[in-house]
Amino acid sequence: MAKVWAFVEETNGAPSSLGLELLTKARELGEVTVVYLGAGGDDAFSVLGDHGAAAVLHANAGDRLPSAPLAAALAERAAADSPELILLGQAYTDRDVAGRLAARLGVGVLSNASDVRLTDEGVETDHEIFGGAQVATAAMTGGPHIVLARPKSFPAEPTGGGAPTVETLELPDVGTSEAKVTESHVEEREGPQLGDAAVVVSGGRGLGSADAYELIEKLAKPLRAATGATRAIVDAGWVPYAKQVGQTGKTVKPDVYIAAGISGAMQHLVGMKDSGTIIAINKDPDAPIFSVADLGIVGDVHKVLPQLIEALANR
Amino acid sequence: MKVVVCVKQIPDPATPYSLEEGTHWLIRPAEQVLDDTDRYGVEMGLQLAQANEGTVALVSMGPSGNAQGIRQALAMGADKAVIIEDDGLRGSDALTTARVLAKAIEGEGYDLVIAGTESTDGYAGVVPQMLAELLGVPALTFATSVEADGGAVTIHRQTVDGYDVVVTDLPAVVSVTAGVVEPRYPTFKGIMDAKKKPVETVSLSDLGVETNETQQVASITEAPERQAGRKIEDEGEAFSEIVALLEERKVI
Repeated sequence: MAKVWAFVEETNGAPSSLGLELLTKARELGEVTVVYLGAGGDDAFSVLGDHGAAAVLHANAGDRLPSAPLAAALAERAAADSPELILLGQAYTDRDVAGRLAARLGVGVLSNASDVRLTDEGVETDHEIFGGAQVATAAMTGGPHIVLARPKSFPAEPTGGGAPTVETLELPDVGTSEAKVTESHVEEREGPQLGDAAVVVSGGRGLGSADAYELIEKLAKPLRAATGATRAIVDAGWVPYAKQVGQTGKTVKPDVYIAAGISGAMQHLVGMKDSGTIIAINKDPDAPIFSVADLGIVGDVHKVLPQLIEALANR
Repeated sequence: MKVVVCVKQIPDPATPYSLEEGTHWLIRPAEQVLDDTDRYGVEMGLQLAQANEGTVALVSMGPSGNAQGIRQALAMGADKAVIIEDDGLRGSDALTTARVLAKAIEGEGYDLVIAGTESTDGYAGVVPQMLAELLGVPALTFATSVEADGGAVTIHRQTVDGYDVVVTDLPAVVSVTAGVVEPRYPTFKGIMDAKKKPVETVSLSDLGVETNETQQVASITEAPERQAGRKIEDEGEAFSEIVALLEERKVI
């Protein structure tokens, strides 16, 4: 059976949901070892076991920026264990570790994968391109194969497995590549979060100004929705990067997605087109967003949104 | 302080992209533009260089074409540019890109390397990290703010639920998110000056890098299309259609 490593990062003291998605996929493909980054502990490890991990390599970077030391440790371990596939997510630390590890091993990285398969020749991955209109299938020879999968590509499913064996992975000194994390700030988490909200309301350039983003927030409130944004208005500095939905931002799959003043650039579509129901409001009748919308309103967001907000308030 | 900023020329994102038959490589017209995300790195580099009596060199890989995108970055105020251009680099993966950039950056000399977090056309999103590993320096990634003096660099690194403060000694690689600084618009003088700034073009053999591709796109298939639903023109009452659908979906 193929050896597969799945990278799971700890967030808020527990395995991240992305990590559990990767673990679920990995156990389909072969014999899984989880590379776990964080403080760890029996509770965290039992969640990994419950999702099918038999073995865990546990690394705790403390106040060190983890990417360089973890990549160094994993490169050495990979030389000894020869995993066929190292599966990580399209996320901050995952990308850092994958990039450094790949450069150390002299292998490529297949990024933004929506699916991954092992074949006789190596590994095959699917990538949604052009906003999800087409799927590119890529093949990589050599190995080990390092793949970054987009969040929400696979469901996280428990198997009811028992506690895994846990081995501590020592992180070496990396000399001139060392960096320190001196403070961690958790920004005020107001209301529902993009990753797990049942409803998402997003705004784009069609809002016209940063101030008009208030309409998005006002609509989100009664719907208990998370608020999102296009890359264009993030780049323009109207809202923080954390709200960006799309290729270079977050992938969301809520039950209902409301796109206001969003034209539907490829970059944005790939991050939201798998939502349950899509409602779009845009004044351009030819906007690409209408090609994925279940309900499309050709109209001015400055008229429709205030009416909608008022109608919800009067209920 | 010697600052090197990695920049990329890409096909205008406002035009539809297409792939070459057989290889499935992106077709690149002679007329390319500066990747919008790189303007943040250029601006950050200019500000840090100014504060630390430094210089800003641009390093770019890819077909130079008419170098219009590179001139855009020079017009913002960068001092010079090095373009690595070679037919052997067509269809390069992230690791080859990083190897080529690392070699060119080492040749240039640097205290701080700045890059965007990913390009708009390829978006592999791992080149800055690979570059750092090849150079043997830290990669301070996803920066939403950057401060540097002669010896050290401090960033705010974006995290899932906030940010970390990360510190290291120079030299280092920093990748910046859009919005890290407000990029300036080139002035008329800047645009005129840019025409006289040195733009050096080098080949793979000049750099002494050999390429060794392990990845290829095997096939392209059409994705199952999502069916478009109803589209209605707002005549003052369209909001009630949204209310009705939200009720139907039991959101309200």
